Amino acid sequence: MNSAVIQRTGVLFADWMANWGRVVLDGVETVGAMTLFAWKTLRWMLTKRPHPESLWPNLYQVGVLSLPVVALTGTFIGMVLAVQSHFQFSQLGLESRLGAVINMTLVRELGPVLAATMLAGRVGSAMAAELGTMRVTEQIDALDSMGANPIHYLVVPRVLACLFLIPTLTVMADFMGFVGGYGYSVAILGIDEHYYLYNSEQFVEAFDLFAGLFKSFFFGAAIAIVSCYRGFHCRPGAEGVGHAATTSFVISFVLILMLDLFLGILLDSFYYTVWPQGASLF
Amino acid sequence: MMLTDSNADVNEPLLHLQEIRVRFGSYTILRDLTLEIPRGQTLAIIGESGCGKTVLLKSMIGLVRPEQGKVWFNGLELQHLNEQELTRERIKIGFVFQQAALFDSMTVGQNVAFPLRHHVRMDAAEIPDHVVERLAEVGLPRHVVLKKPVELSGGMRKRVGLARALILDPELVLYDEPTTGLDPIMSDVINELIIRTRSRYTVTSVVVTHDMRTARKVADRIVMLAPVDQLNDGDPQIIFDGPPSELERIQDPRVGQFVRGEAGSRLTEVLH
Repeated sequence: MNSAVIQRTGVLFADWMANWGRVVLDGVETVGAMTLFAWKTLRWMLTKRPHPESLWPNLYQVGVLSLPVVALTGTFIGMVLAVQSHFQFSQLGLESRLGAVINMTLVRELGPVLAATMLAGRVGSAMAAELGTMRVTEQIDALDSMGANPIHYLVVPRVLACLFLIPTLTVMADFMGFVGGYGYSVAILGIDEHYYLYNSEQFVEAFDLFAGLFKSFFFGAAIAIVSCYRGFHCRPGAEGVGHAATTSFVISFVLILMLDLFLGILLDSFYYTVWPQGASLF
Repeated sequence: MMLTDSNADVNEPLLHLQEIRVRFGSYTILRDLTLEIPRGQTLAIIGESGCGKTVLLKSMIGLVRPEQGKVWFNGLELQHLNEQELTRERIKIGFVFQQAALFDSMTVGQNVAFPLRHHVRMDAAEIPDHVVERLAEVGLPRHVVLKKPVELSGGMRKRVGLARALILDPELVLYDEPTTGLDPIMSDVINELIIRTRSRYTVTSVVVTHDMRTARKVADRIVMLAPVDQLNDGDPQIIFDGPPSELERIQDPRVGQFVRGEAGSRLTEVLH
C-alpha cells in the first residue's frame, strides 16, 4: 500500500470520526437542552397556575378528542389478542385461561402503550406543529415581548393536560380492549364465559392496573415535553414545521418503549420484593 | 393605566447598547455595536437584507441575548434582570412584528386585549371599550374584533399588531419592517400612523426598514448597518448615523448605493 492510499484512508477515517463526534455532541446537547426545558416547565408548573384560557382547550384536545380513536384501537387490540392467543393456547388445551392472558397483557402493557402511542401520534405531533408554526411566525417572540412567559403560557397547559388525562385514556384503552377480547372470545371463539371472567379475576390484580397507570404518567410527561421542545426549537419554514412534527412522534415513541422497559423492570422488582410468592398463570 | 416609570432620569438615553456582539453558530451578525437612543426620538435602522437589523431590534428587548456587551433600558441592564423584572420592563415596550405575529387561535379583539388581560387589573367589562378605541386609532372598525387574523388583509393585520403594541401606552415602540409587503397607499397609512403615534403618546420609536420612503418620512435620525461579512477587521458596523437630510451628502458609496437603490457591483455577483 503506497503512502498516498494510507494518507487518503487516514483522512477518510478522520472525517468519519469527526462526523460521529458531531452526532454524539449534538445528541448530548439536545438531551441537555431538553432536560433544562423540562426543568423550566416543572418550575413554572409549581410556581404559577396556568391560565384557564390556555388550559381548557388543551384538556379538550387531549382528553375528549382522543377518546374515540383510543377506544377504537383498544377494541381491535383486544380482539387481535384473542385471535393470536387462542391459536397458541388451544394447542395446549388452555383456552379457558384466555381471559387472564388477554387482560393481563392489556392492563400492564398494551393499554398504556397503545394510549400513549395514539396520544403521541394524534396530539404530540399536532402540538409540535402548532408550536413550530408559532415559532416560525414569531408568535412565541410576541408572547415574550408582551411579558407573557411562553413556557408558562404554552407548555405548562399542554404538559398538565397530558399528565392528567393520559391515565383516563389508558383506562379507556384497557376497558375497550377487555370488551373487544371478551366479545370475540365468547361470541366467536366459543370460550366459556364463566371461565373467561373467573380466570381474568384470578390473575389480574389491582397492582397490574396500578402499574399500567403509573407508567402512563411517565409516557404523558415524555410526549408533552418532547413535542413542546421540538415545536419551540423548530427550524424555519414549512419543512422545519414538518420535521418538528415527525421527529416529535419518533422520539416520543422510542421514549415510550424505553420507559416501558425500564419502568416494567422497576415495577416487577418492587412487586416481587413486596409479594415474594408472586402470581402464576399455571 | 399608564405603566411608565416616573423615577427614570429623563436626561439619560432611554436605550443604550454598548459593544454588543451576537453570533448564530459561527456566523457573526452584530459586531461590537454601540448605540444610544434618546427619549422621544424616532430612529430608523436601515441596511440590506441580512445585515442584522431585526436581530438588533430583538436585542433591544432581550428576545435575542448578545453573547457580549450590555443593553440598558430606562437605566436598567437587561441581562441582570430576573424574570419578573424583565417582564416589568418589557410591558413598557411595544413590538410591532414584521408579519404582525397575531395569535391565530384568538380573535382580533382577544389579540389586542391580550396585554391588558395579563398585566392590568381592570374590570373585564371595560376591556372591549379600550380595544375598540385602540382599533379606531389605527383606522379599524368595531366589527373586526370578532374576526380571526387569517380573515384580515396584510395592512389590517399590521394595524392590529400596532393596536396591540400600543394598548399598554408603551414608552418605546419597536417596528420591524412595518411597510414590507404592503401596497404604496397602505405603506403611507402605516407611516402616518407611526408619526401620529409619536405625536400623540410622545413615545420613542425604532423603525427597522429597508424602505427609504418610510425612513425619510418617519425618522429624525437614521442609522445604517453593513453586513459583518462585508467589513474588514476593525471596521465599524454602523456606516451612517445622522439625520435623513445628511443621507444625500454622505460620500460612502455603500450608503449612496443603498439610498438610491442601485444594484451596482452586486449585479455582477448575481450574473457570474
